This record gives sequence, C-alpha cells and structure tokens, in this order.
Amino acid sequence: MLFSDLGTSVPRSEVLPPESGGRKSKLRRAWLPVLAMAPFFIYTGVGLGVPIVYIIRNAFLTFQGKFTFSNMDLLVHGIYLKGFENSLLLSVITSIIPGILGVFLAYAIVTSNSGVLKRMVATASAVLANFGGINLTFIFIAAFGETTGIITVWLNHIGLNPWSHGFDLYNFYGVAFVYLYFQLPLMVLVITPALGGLRQSWREAAQNMGASNWRYWRHVGIPVLMPSILGGILLLFGSSFAAYATAQTLTEGTVTLAPIQIGDTVSGNAIAGEANVGFAIALGMLIVLSITMVFYGLARRRASKWLR
Amino acid sequence: MTDVQASTTAGSGPGASSGGASVRLENLVRTYGKVRALDGLTLSIEPGEFVAFLGPSGCGKTTALRVLAGFEHPDSGRVVVDGKDLSNVNAQKRDMGMVFQSYSLFPNMSVLDNVAFGLRMRHQNGGQRRTKASELLELVGLGDQSTKYPHQLSGGQQQRVALARALAIEPRVLLLDEPLSALDAKVRAELRDQIRSLQQRLAITTVFVTHDQEEALSMADRVCVMSSGHIEQIASPATLYARPTTAFVAQFVGISSRVPVQMDGKEVVIFGQRCPVRTSESGDVSGPIDALLRPEDVAIEVDPQGSGFITHKSFFGATTRLVVQIGEIPVRVDVRSDVGADLALGEHVRPRIIARDVLVAPRGQVEIPSEV
Amino acid sequence: MAQVAESYYFENPEVNPQLPQRRRRRRKKFRLWRLVVLVVALAYFLAPLYAGVKFALQNDLGKFSFWAFTSLPSEQGFSGAFFLSMRLAFFTAAVELILMVPTAIFVHIRVPKLRPIMDFVTILPIVVPPIVLIVGVLGSAPLWLKSSPYLLSIFYVVLAMPFVYRSLDAGLSAIDLKTLVEASRSLGGSWIRTLWSVIMPNLRAALLSATALTLALVFGEYTMANLDGWTTMPVWIAQFQQSDAHVTLAASMALLIGTWLLLSLIVAADRSQSRRSRRKAGTP
Repeated sequence: MLFSDLGTSVPRSEVLPPESGGRKSKLRRAWLPVLAMAPFFIYTGVGLGVPIVYIIRNAFLTFQGKFTFSNMDLLVHGIYLKGFENSLLLSVITSIIPGILGVFLAYAIVTSNSGVLKRMVATASAVLANFGGINLTFIFIAAFGETTGIITVWLNHIGLNPWSHGFDLYNFYGVAFVYLYFQLPLMVLVITPALGGLRQSWREAAQNMGASNWRYWRHVGIPVLMPSILGGILLLFGSSFAAYATAQTLTEGTVTLAPIQIGDTVSGNAIAGEANVGFAIALGMLIVLSITMVFYGLARRRASKWLR
Repeated sequence: MTDVQASTTAGSGPGASSGGASVRLENLVRTYGKVRALDGLTLSIEPGEFVAFLGPSGCGKTTALRVLAGFEHPDSGRVVVDGKDLSNVNAQKRDMGMVFQSYSLFPNMSVLDNVAFGLRMRHQNGGQRRTKASELLELVGLGDQSTKYPHQLSGGQQQRVALARALAIEPRVLLLDEPLSALDAKVRAELRDQIRSLQQRLAITTVFVTHDQEEALSMADRVCVMSSGHIEQIASPATLYARPTTAFVAQFVGISSRVPVQMDGKEVVIFGQRCPVRTSESGDVSGPIDALLRPEDVAIEVDPQGSGFITHKSFFGATTRLVVQIGEIPVRVDVRSDVGADLALGEHVRPRIIARDVLVAPRGQVEIPSEV
Repeated sequence: MAQVAESYYFENPEVNPQLPQRRRRRRKKFRLWRLVVLVVALAYFLAPLYAGVKFALQNDLGKFSFWAFTSLPSEQGFSGAFFLSMRLAFFTAAVELILMVPTAIFVHIRVPKLRPIMDFVTILPIVVPPIVLIVGVLGSAPLWLKSSPYLLSIFYVVLAMPFVYRSLDAGLSAIDLKTLVEASRSLGGSWIRTLWSVIMPNLRAALLSATALTLALVFGEYTMANLDGWTTMPVWIAQFQQSDAHVTLAASMALLIGTWLLLSLIVAADRSQSRRSRRKAGTP
C-alpha cells in the first residue's frame, strides 16, 4: 500500500442514522428489549414454572391437601428409596462406561483422514443420541430376545448362549445394556468438539520440550480434556437418570427405578395413602438433576477457558 | 567432522548454553503431492548466528524450520547440527527450543509450570526447576506473572512466556516460527528488540521465520530470502537491500521499479544516461531486459520539458514517495518531504540515475504483486 | 545441565540403528488400533439395527417379506396416530420457531449481554425431564386444556428449546450478525427487509436443523403422550407390540429411517450452503 487514501474514512457514527433524541424514543428504547424478550420469558416461565411449583407444593401435601412430610418420608424409606438408589446406580454405570469408551471412539474418529467417515458419524451420532425410548426397546428385543432374538439365535448357532449364562435383557443390567446404545453416541457428540480443540501446537511444543507421546497425554492432553470429559459424563448421567420410556417399555415396570415409580402413580397404580409420593420422587429427581447441571455448567466453563 | 564448541564470551547469565551450535542443512527436498516445498535447500549457519528465513507464503521457509525441528521429515537430504546428523533423531530428542506462532502454551498449567516443562521432561527436581523457570521469567520481564494462566495473559506476554519456555532447556538452536505475526504492531516492535537482545546476550544460534521484511532486516545477522523451496539469496540485511542478486530479491526486499532498457556492452542506457550494470544471477540477459530501480536510486528535477510527470504522491513522514510516469513506465521515486511538498501532480520532471550501478534482469521475470 | 542435554543427543543411528523402523512401527500400530476400534464400534451399532430391519422384513412364518411394512397403514389406529403426531409436530415446530427465532435474533443484535442468561434458561428443560414435567402438568393444567392433545405440543416446545436455541445460536454466531445488520441498515434497508433478505437466508441451515430436531423429538416422544393418554405414533407402536411384533418393528424402523433421512438432508443442505457462500465470498 504505497499510496495513502485520498481523503479520510467516514466516522462510523455518521454512517448509521443517528438515533432520534427525545423522551419518547428514550422510553421506547428502554421498553423495547423488555417487550421483545417478554414472550420467551413468559412462555418459559409458565411452561416450566407452573409444573415445577405444582410438584414442589404437592410433594408436601397429602391427597386431601393437608401439609405433610409423609411423602418425603416415604421417599427415603423402603421401595421408593430402592427405586431412587437403583436409578442413581444405573446412571452412574451408564455414564462412566460409555463416557470413557466414547472418548476413545471419538478420538479414533477425529484422527482419521476420511471426511466421509466423519460426516457419517456426525449424522449417526445425532440420530442415535436422540433415538431413545421405545424404538430402542423393540430393536433390542428383536436382536437379543431370548428365543427369537436374531443375534441370540446366531450366537446359539455358534455355540454361545448368553441367556443361559445369566444375561437377561429385562432386568436391571439388561436396561443398562440397552442404555449404552444411546449414551455412547451422546458422549461422542459431546466430546468430539473438545478433541478438535486440542491444538497441534501443544503437541508439537510438548515434543519439542522432550515429551514422549505418553507424557504429552499425561501432562497436557488429558488434563486439558478432563473438564470436557467430566462435563460429558455429567450430561450422560442426567440423560440416563431422566430416561423413562426405554425402561418402562422394556421391563413393563418390573425393574424398580424412580421414573417408573412416578409413572406408576400417574397411571393409577398408586397405593392408597401414598398418592402423592410421586411428587416427592419427582422433587427428588429435580434436585438431583439440578445439582448435576450445576456441575456440568462449571465443567463447561472451565473447558471453554482452556479450549478456546 | 569435529564438534564445533564455540564458547563465546558473549554467552553469560541464566539460560546461557555453551555457545550456540553450528547448523547445516544439506540438500533438503520435500514434496507434498505435486508441490515441491523444499527444492534442494542447502545452507550453513554459524554458532551464535541469527538467521532469518524470509519469503512469501508457500516459499518453504516454515517447512525448512519444521524439518530442522524434526516435525517433518525430508524426502532426501540431511540436517547436521554440531557435526551430528539428526536425520534419525526425532523431534523429542533434538534439543532445540521452538517458539510457535500462537497458542502454544499449555492451557492447564501456570506460566511457571509451562516454562519449567522442558526441565521436568529432563527429570530435574522440583526446586531446581522452579528456580530456573523463575529466572527465565525475570529475563523476559514477567517475573511477577508466574502464577497466572495463559488465558489470563495478553498475546505479547504469552509469546514472551513461550520464549522463556524454549530457552529454559538451554537449547543449542532456537527456532521461531513467525512468533510476532499474531501481535499488534506496537507489541511486535517491542518484542522484536527484546528477542534480539536476548539472543545476542545468550549467543544462541537462532533461526527466525517471517514474511515481514522489516522484521528480518532489523533483527538478523543474515537474511535468507526464499522462494518456491530454494534460496534466492543469503546475505546480511544491508547487502541484501543494496545489492540484490536476483530480481526476486530486488522486488521482495524493498521496492523496485522495472524499466525496460537496452544492453550496450557492459552498460545500459537509461533516462538518457549510461550506467554500469550489475547482472542478476537469475537469468539470461542477452534478450530483452529490465533495469530494477530502487526509489532512492532516482533523483528528479522540475523541468517543463522533462520526460516524466508526477502521477501520485504519498507522504511517509521523512520521505515522500512519488510515482513518476516516464513514457509508459511508472517509476517510484523517493524525495525528501520538504522538497516533495512543493511538487504538484502532473508536474513535469527530468529523472536522473544517482546509483553507482544498476541491477538488470530478463524482462518481466518475477511475479510480485504489482502494487503501484 | 549440559550433560543431561547431551545424553538426548546420542540417539543417533551409530549408537541405535533401530530408530527409523521404530517410528514407522509405532505409526502402523496406531493405525491398526484405530481400525479395530472403528470396526468394533461399527459392529456394535449396526447389529441391533440389522436385527431390527431383518425382523421387520419377516412375516409370521419367518420368511422374508415386506408384509409388515405394507400392512402398516391399514393397521387399526395407525393412521390416526400418525396424523396426530404430524399435527402435533408441525404445531410444535411452528410455535417453536415463532417464539425462538425473533428472540434469538433480538438477543444477538440488541442485548448480547443476555446471552449467558439465555444459555442458562434454555438448558433448564434438561433439568426437567418429560417424566417429571408431565406429572406437574397433569396436576396443574386446567381441564379444558387437558382435553386437547395440543397441551402436549405446548410442552414439547419447552422440551425442544435447548436444541433449537443451540442450533439458532450457532447459526447466528457464525454469520457475524451485527456487522451484516449494520451494513444493511447503513445502505438504507428497513428492519423487515434486513430480516428477510439478509438474516433469514444466512440462517437457513440453522432453521432447517432446528425444525428437523423438533419434528424428530415430537415423533419420538413417548413418555408424556402416554401418561397424558393420547395415542401418538410412539404410543401406538408400544400398544401394538401386544398384537404383532413384526409390524411394531416395521413402524420403529420406519421412524428411525425417517429421522436419519431428515437429519442427513440437514447436514447435506448445511454443507452445500456453506460451500456456496464460501465460493461467493471468494475464499482462497
């Protein structure tokens, strides 16, 4: 650029039409954001707020409407406690295992040179991650059902019979087995951007400083990824804890899980006198999920600080 | 094949190695698909010398640096440092400190831990590491930031930490890959001085890659101008500027105007004058040729019958740059600004060569973006 | 100190002739490991799908047949469930977009400081899963609302919010909205014009993506529909399981394939649009 512009550049304030002054438009300017954002906040406030308030309120009321702690008391004892514990245990299993496996799978995908593979995986993860509920149940029954499951039959042909060795699709561990199918893609979906954020210059700088492959991962790679991995696992935990459809249709209520117990109270399978325990369970779930999401948010924040 | 251990007295203070290493790149060739990134690159660097690799993007300067560092492997040729062939030594073990263009600090470690990382890889104990790292941070002026994390520092500060980190391992060779490109102009200038003075004090052999000729010319002992994978010219900045040996260098380093001329024995006739010729190394000058003129090679005098007239004028502070149209050729001429102030556009002038000789090259040889 | 550095220096072929091979072997081992992981993953994910498809393509006698698929539309209750899901899906998508698009754009242009709050609010629905939500809804909704299936739609909008907002947010962030709007306004464009000609075209991929996600969500939502007593597609499929497994599976597979196609279309549309705009902008 040898030759300077002839003439100076126009200051920005002169290009945009100046905002008209005066009290009327100042008022308008203050109210406009409020007005524009109102629909969203009102809708969300009512849509989430009303049910939540109702749940919290009714958790402490008997069916007749008297204030009571009995619902909460029921929750921390006996079968409802078992349901809650089972749900927590199930969520822990189906968040940590696919969480760790998901990292390896995502890494294998991210480091491949095939663009086709990456695109297919992107779509596949999106589909499979949202593919919960009943479809999963039927497909797994079709595949692993005891007598007619296609894969079970094939395994029998080659001499293996998982069912006779204790495998049961319809018990607690069967449910966990099925959950893996949509938890794993969810983890891949969540961790892939983080893996992409690992800069090559870190790896090269570490090499340059004398670090071997393993030492790079130990001192830089894994620590940097850890917030994202933890965040992913927390997300998986929440997703598993909240799941209802798959477990319900798979086991038809025979496995004791908190969401299923809530469903039972709604569909009229409540025991007299325990009518409102469903709300107590729901409240418990809300608390667990809130705590989970708080930690998830913290993990996300740390991740974005480092992986910018 | 003796080990060159030049322990200069210039090397002193923390971070000083036992003098820099000598570096020799022998006939490096590297192709990526159809592109020849390195085309038989050969050069020698003296211990403690600061060499800049300068050239446009794609000329191979970064590739050469990365081959030297061990991140890329040449198809053929070798890298020799202090007499040892490093071709089969991987990047981990080459003992060179590298400063990358940006974002190379480990985000999960404090500044101090970043600097101490190389020492940690060499199994130094914690206390020693921290002392050494602190000293180096002091050296780059960030002694009070040791507990900060990279994302809390500005770009310039981050690069200084990167420099300290590279120096911590007392490397034989310091490599810098366009370390200032991502920074603002003012920070760039400050850091430029700091890097150079540090390098001189520690007497480390340094290779500095850049596309900014100002950086290269102001910092280096020698500048290696590259294009298309080979070296155009390697010389001190002054030599490079005053006596370019190829048309590429003449037009890449500084500005040159091309003026078609006729050869007449060992001289050319240009603007009615006879001028001795300094032949370009890059071509056959028997056919049609151009003379390559620097703006300060030409002087002008106001003359209504003059062969040229002024078409542009740009004020640059101490000098004013004019474009003088002589026939069909635009020629750039620098004049002092007090003189330039009195000159008007369209004014006729008489040009005169005041250089003692003129560089000549085959006509229309090099494609540099022709900004007027 | 120098000695420590020196020892690294002596890794040269005269002392260690195995070096070049070691490097090559390590690279090959990594490639092999990666291949194994990908193959195992592929097998794991394809197996149930394969089983599902195979089962859906069998008749009661176990022979290959399209019968399960072809008899689907005529099965009792299928078309009712299908069209109910359709109506709910499009109603939800419409409300969702009308609510979220202007809001997202407004936040980006006028009140960017609210973005963290938006991020927070739109993550809330994840804290309130369908099973919890429906319990609260059933208790608190007025009777006239409960007698309509569109009650579900209202809350589907809430369920879809995280995905929709994220999609729009990503799309808006990618196009440097503020600059485009200022450019358009400074050249004399009205707000409507700017919205229509400048913002929307650039948001096409994000809009498609958000709509597809919403549709997929509604078509797959079982929990709330079931407990609210409405027979949408998923509910119908679950009920039908009692009658015939093959047809059930055919319906499931059809849903899955439909979703996959929809999402593939989105990814393809997004890629072709970004390719087009990159070409227009003349990126080297």
